[in-house]
Amino acid sequence: MLVDSPPEPNAETAPAPRKRRAIRAAGLLVSVAVLVLIALASIAIGAKDLSLSQVWHGLFDDSGTYGDVVVSERLSRTVLGLLAGAALGLAGAVLQALTRNPLADPGLLGINAGASAAVVTAITYFGVTSLSGYVWFAFGGAAVVGVLVYVLGGSRGATPVRLALAGTALSAALYGYLQAVMIMDQAALGKMRFWTVGSLSSANDRTIEQVLPFLAIGTILALALARPLNAMAMGDDTARALGAHLGRTRALSMAAATLLCGAATAACGPIVFVGLMVPHVVRSFTGPDMRWILPYATVLSPVLLLGADVVGRMVARPAELQVGIVTAILGGPVFIFLVRRRRTAQL
Amino acid sequence: MNTQRSTVNRLSAENVTLAYDQRVIAEQLSVEIPDNSFTVIVGPNACGKSTLLRALSRMLKPSQGRVLLDGQVIQSMPAKKVARTLGLLPQSSIAPDGITVGDLVGRGRYPHQGLLRQWSSEDERVVRESMASTGVGELADRYVDELSGGQRQRVWIAMALAQQTPLLLLDEPTTFLDIQHQIDVLDLCAELHEEQGRTLVAVLHDLNHAARYATHLIALRDGSVIAQGTPQDIVTAELVEEVFGLRCQVIDDPETGTPLVVPAARNARTAAAVSVAKGS
Amino acid sequence: MKVLTKQAGSARPFRARPVRTRGGLSVRIDVRSFTVVVLLLVAALTASVVLIGTGDFPIPAGDVLKTLFGNGDAGQEFIVNELRLPRVLVGLLVGASLGLGGALFQAISRNPLGSPDVLGLAQGATAGALTVIVLFSGSAAEVTLGALFGGLVTGLAIYVLAWKRGVHGYRLVLVGIGVSAMAVAVNGYLLTKADIVDAARAVVWMTGSLNGRDWDQVWPLLALSAVLVPLVLGNARGLYMLEMGDDVAYALGVRVERTRMLLMLAAVLLTAAATAAAGPVAFVALTAPQLARRLTRAPGPNLMPAMCMGATLLVVADWASQRAFGADQLPVGVVTGVLGGVYLLWLLFTERKAGRI
Repeated sequence: MLVDSPPEPNAETAPAPRKRRAIRAAGLLVSVAVLVLIALASIAIGAKDLSLSQVWHGLFDDSGTYGDVVVSERLSRTVLGLLAGAALGLAGAVLQALTRNPLADPGLLGINAGASAAVVTAITYFGVTSLSGYVWFAFGGAAVVGVLVYVLGGSRGATPVRLALAGTALSAALYGYLQAVMIMDQAALGKMRFWTVGSLSSANDRTIEQVLPFLAIGTILALALARPLNAMAMGDDTARALGAHLGRTRALSMAAATLLCGAATAACGPIVFVGLMVPHVVRSFTGPDMRWILPYATVLSPVLLLGADVVGRMVARPAELQVGIVTAILGGPVFIFLVRRRRTAQL
Repeated sequence: MNTQRSTVNRLSAENVTLAYDQRVIAEQLSVEIPDNSFTVIVGPNACGKSTLLRALSRMLKPSQGRVLLDGQVIQSMPAKKVARTLGLLPQSSIAPDGITVGDLVGRGRYPHQGLLRQWSSEDERVVRESMASTGVGELADRYVDELSGGQRQRVWIAMALAQQTPLLLLDEPTTFLDIQHQIDVLDLCAELHEEQGRTLVAVLHDLNHAARYATHLIALRDGSVIAQGTPQDIVTAELVEEVFGLRCQVIDDPETGTPLVVPAARNARTAAAVSVAKGS
Repeated sequence: MKVLTKQAGSARPFRARPVRTRGGLSVRIDVRSFTVVVLLLVAALTASVVLIGTGDFPIPAGDVLKTLFGNGDAGQEFIVNELRLPRVLVGLLVGASLGLGGALFQAISRNPLGSPDVLGLAQGATAGALTVIVLFSGSAAEVTLGALFGGLVTGLAIYVLAWKRGVHGYRLVLVGIGVSAMAVAVNGYLLTKADIVDAARAVVWMTGSLNGRDWDQVWPLLALSAVLVPLVLGNARGLYMLEMGDDVAYALGVRVERTRMLLMLAAVLLTAAATAAAGPVAFVALTAPQLARRLTRAPGPNLMPAMCMGATLLVVADWASQRAFGADQLPVGVVTGVLGGVYLLWLLFTERKAGRI
């Protein structure tokens, strides 16, 4: 809230509302176009590059050539990137509105810690070794911690500060556990260090099928929350006066965020920076209206995630850099640049 | 007028250009603060009155021109020396959690203290006096968090007083207060001015308050001085219209005889606006 | 816990008692804070003696004291003076540095969560240490240097990037978050590139550990503290003024940017040195200042109490980890992490009960 007070109306810089809406809609269209291009690039680029016609052939006229096989493999990776990116961005936007904290991210509510602790438990105590085996554990861990944070935070009486405190507290304890296990069990460390950075490389259709229902429900919930969250942004009292159901909005927001982050984290590991950065950046040009923030975050987050994945495949050929690493390395400077550009008055 | 150089008054701004980043608030602005006056700066929102006050208190460095305190460029003087001559009550002040009134007022002694002279009996005496003269002596051991808005503003004024500066600048000291507390604070300012002989400079929103309490009024619009002088001399219906764009009558305040601004009735104002539009 | 809800009229107008000399010198002593500092020092020293006596070869506290004063037998002398004393001293110094550094960061960023971990310093130091461990398989001393370098570079980068005609608390936190995310990514990358032995070593280091710390770590830390602690305390009065907002501080004659830069530099040095010596021990920098404040009930950054609290916390946590898991099984960072979580939960419940959040 400190950061993103709506800018003062200024005759020179603020066009009329109608024009502003048109600009935003056009911007959204451009973003979608960029996303499509990046998705195509994500299919074309890799250890072996494909031409656009090969991509086309593989997508719409699959006849089992070598190119078609590559396309179908990269397709699931690209789809997962799209889904996970959108989920993380949406969840971040919802959480930032819910906690009235422009810096909230899934990590703040302990969801990453819950997923990580569950995965390390699965490896050490249940002998699970395959990546697809982690999915249910990660999702379960995220969900349990999401619910716990909500309950500890005071359920219907939850306030932003309580939720953040509960999330940070649980994260601290869970990370302590995680580190202890990794120190005592080298095999777990061997697996965890790859899972923790976050990667799309293990994507397959089965993973996508597993998480898709949760992502779908979460997305619908999140998009439906735009108006109530807008009302809540003005403070609890104003929101009540406007007829918003605070308790219900909070419960549904937590549910949406947990479903989205839990599923995304289950499928690709904890990718931290997307959910924090994208909504934050989006808000700097859409203003505080969730009806614009949510769609923009849904489109731009996969742009960042898939873009980072493509870069990760290009810089280290024939090996690749995990997407979680590239996201932060690319996103960090952009984020700092944007922070610096803001006028002090707005900070 | 720009060339006039004060050798008399302690605080003045000479041809200053004031800007935040690229946004220029005022250009080539010159202002004299008469010694021993209670100067009030008035003007519509965003006319640069708070900016001017920030420049006078060296909070904002002019991009051109200079602010002089006792004949010296204020930026070139040692920080603590300025702080012993000129006090400021800014709008943005944060009371630390769990601090008592006495301790907060005591912090006003900072410019008089040093590492080995942290709390002399002189400090304690001045702090008690400051609290007494602002009427918060009774509250000395209360926590600042528990006070009402009016009481809290008095505490901050007490802190600025404890600084013992002959010049005291106040940035909208009455905002967020209800009417009796506004008058309270203004009475206190008048008292400080009359009885202790301090020079006061305040930014005020309310023109009638300004006209009643000020001994010297500076009317600002769009970063330039439209008029300055005693309220009796300068507050006229024409000036109010020029500065605030408001049609009004100026009558004598039945209580004090100072000018009192009475906005014209709505009908009269809209009729006037229509006739002006037709006439042009 | 009932810090701010005292009955009206029960407190004194001035917390601190003045002590004045004839020559015009005067200092202020806050009796409650002073008592807290003394009690914490006693607690830290007691815990240190107990910790020296703890391990595979337990030594009764009396013998520890006797040995420390030079009257022990040769075997105990070696264990106490060569093995365990330096480790405990590193613990005390690291805890004190983190406590003081944390208090400074929280005051400068005006944010109770403005700890070095949030600002990315810990992650930067980790990146330095991991580079040495993974890419060069360096010795312990080299890892320390790497961490120190990483921490200092990160601190400098954050300050420079957050600087725009002054450093604003909120911008500092935001830039810190950005830098921290990048450092975390680098750390994750290095960890995936390491062979498993190096990775295990890296994870222990990242948790924060006092195992195997010796006199080589004590001396630099001690020297640094000897310079920085007086410097910080000497400039603390300006920090108290800053607490009331930049404008008030300016008006009172504080050289705002200079004070802030100096203190921030000191905080970066303290934290980087502590992290280099023991790894990024979680939560001490965050909780020590807050706990200290709860004890002293004094406004302001509470620098001395935070410092003593940090030292006490770390040594007690190290003792707890040795008692709970056996000597040198789990590093101290695991315990401080879990304790940090418990503290935050406790905060959640008590503050909620009091209706403050």
